[in-house]
Amino acid sequence: MESEIIKIEDFSAGYGNSIAIKDINLGILKNKITAIMGPSGCGKTTLIRCINRMHELNKDAFHKGNIYLDGKNIFEMNTVLLRRRIGMVFQKPNPFPHLTIYENVLAGYIINGIKLRKEERDRIVEETLKKVALWEEVKDKLYLNGTQFSGGQQQRLCIARVLALNPEIILLDEPTSSLDPKSTIEIENLLEKLKNNVTIIIVTHNISQASRIADYVAFLYLGELIEFGKSEKIFTAPENPITEEYLSGKFG
Amino acid sequence: MKIFKDKIFRFFVIFFSFLSIVPLLFFFFTILKKGFTAINWEFLTSLPKPPGEIGGGILNGIVGSFILIFLASFFSIPTGIFLGLFLYEFSDKKFGEFCNTLIDVLQGIPSIVIGIIAYLWIVKQMDHFSAISGAIALSLIFLPIIIKSTKESLQMIPFSLIESSLSLGATYPRTILKVILPCSLNGIISGILTGIGRIAGETAPLLFTAFGNPFLNFNILKPVSSLPHLIFVYTMSPYENWHKHAWGCALILVIIVLFLNSISKIGFRRWKVKL
Repeated sequence: MESEIIKIEDFSAGYGNSIAIKDINLGILKNKITAIMGPSGCGKTTLIRCINRMHELNKDAFHKGNIYLDGKNIFEMNTVLLRRRIGMVFQKPNPFPHLTIYENVLAGYIINGIKLRKEERDRIVEETLKKVALWEEVKDKLYLNGTQFSGGQQQRLCIARVLALNPEIILLDEPTSSLDPKSTIEIENLLEKLKNNVTIIIVTHNISQASRIADYVAFLYLGELIEFGKSEKIFTAPENPITEEYLSGKFG
Repeated sequence: MKIFKDKIFRFFVIFFSFLSIVPLLFFFFTILKKGFTAINWEFLTSLPKPPGEIGGGILNGIVGSFILIFLASFFSIPTGIFLGLFLYEFSDKKFGEFCNTLIDVLQGIPSIVIGIIAYLWIVKQMDHFSAISGAIALSLIFLPIIIKSTKESLQMIPFSLIESSLSLGATYPRTILKVILPCSLNGIISGILTGIGRIAGETAPLLFTAFGNPFLNFNILKPVSSLPHLIFVYTMSPYENWHKHAWGCALILVIIVLFLNSISKIGFRRWKVKL
C-alpha cells in the first residue's frame, strides 16, 4: 500500500523575525510526485529547503516542529547522510563549471571523496545518463565541460548528478522556470519515468505543469497549507475558495 | 552642436590617453636601446669581473633573484592562500574586518621600512646578511597581494555552486577543497604571478637583508645578489662598463616582469572557469 515517506508535523520556519511557513502538517507518499504550489513568496521554497535541511544554511534561519523521514526525525540525523538520501535540484541549472560531464555525474562521489573503481564509475555514468535521457546526446562529449550545453541539457545533468547517489527523494525547486517549453516537457517526461524508483517533490508556480505531472498537490498561501489532496480532486473540485481563485488565475 | 561636443570630447580622450602612453614608449625604447647591446651569452652566464676589466656578467644576480623569489614564494603562497580563505569566510565578522584592515596597512608600508624590520628581526639576530632574511622581507610584500587576490577570486564564486555541493551531501570543508578552490584557481594563480612580478623588482628591502654578493652563492644563509640590487650597485659605480651592465640588467628585469604580467593576464582569461 501507499506509505508516507515524509511526515511534516506542526512545522514552522522563517528568517529572523519573519515567519515564512507556519504550522504545516503534510504527509508525502512514497513513489509519487507531489507538487507544492502557490503564489510567489508563499513559502514553497522554504518548505522544501527544510526537508533536506538546506534552510539552516541561511543566516538567522529558524524552525519549529518536526519532519520525519521513514519515521526518523531528520533534525536528529547527520546532514551529510540526510542530504545523500534527499537530493535537490535547483531553479537555475548549475553544473560544476570546473568538472567535465563525466565528473559532474559523479560529483557527489568526487566531492565527498568516495573512491570508485573505473568500471563502476563508467557504469554509474552510463546508467544515470541513460535514466535522464542524456546519454545519446553526450556520449561522445563526456570530457567536455558541462557548462557548454543548453539549459535543458544542463538541468538534466543536474538531475543525473543527484540520481547518481541513489537518493530516495528528489526535491526540485522550480526546475523548469528558466527553461524553454521543449526542455520543460523533456524534464516533465523524465520525472514521470523516475517516480517508479524515487519520491519526487516539486515546487512550481506553473499550474498546468502541476496538473500534467503531479499525483498529489499541496497548495500554500501566505505560509499556510490551504489544501492538500489528489491532483484530480484539487484541479476539478477544490474545497477551499482560495485554491479555486488561484487555479482560475484570479491572483498569483 | 551635440555632434560637435561629442567630437571635442573624443578628441580629448584620445589625446590624453596617447599622452599617457608616450612616456611608457620612451621608457621601453631607452631600455631596449641601452640594454640590448649589453646582453650576450657571456653576460647571462658569467660572474662579474673586477672593476676595470672588460666583460663579465650577471649570473650571480640571476641566481640570487631566483633563490629569493623561490624562498619568498615558499613562505607566502601557502600562508597567503590560507589567510585569503580565512578572510573569505570571516570578513563579515569583527575579527575578519580587523584583519582586512591590517592587510591593507601591510600593503601600504613602504618597502624600505619592511627592509628595516627584516634587518632588525633576522639579520641582527643572525649577525650576518643572508638570502633568507631578504626572502622574508620580500614575502611581507608578497603576502598581502596573494591574500587579496585569493579573497577576491573566492568571493566571485556564486553561492548556488556552494549550495549544490552541500546538497549533494558534501561537508563544508570538502566543498572548499573540491568546489570553491578549484573554481577560483585562475584568480589565485594570476594573483601569485602578479605578486612575483612585483617582488622581482623590489630593491629597497634587499639593501640590508640579502645585501648582495659578487660571487655565485646557493647557500640561503649567506648573502646573495639580485637583479634589482645589481642595477643599484652598477649605476652608482664610476665605471663605464658597469653602467652598461646596469642597463642590461634593467632590460632583463623588465622582460621578466612583463612576461609574468602577460601570463597572468592571458592565463586569467584562458584558465577561467566559466561560471
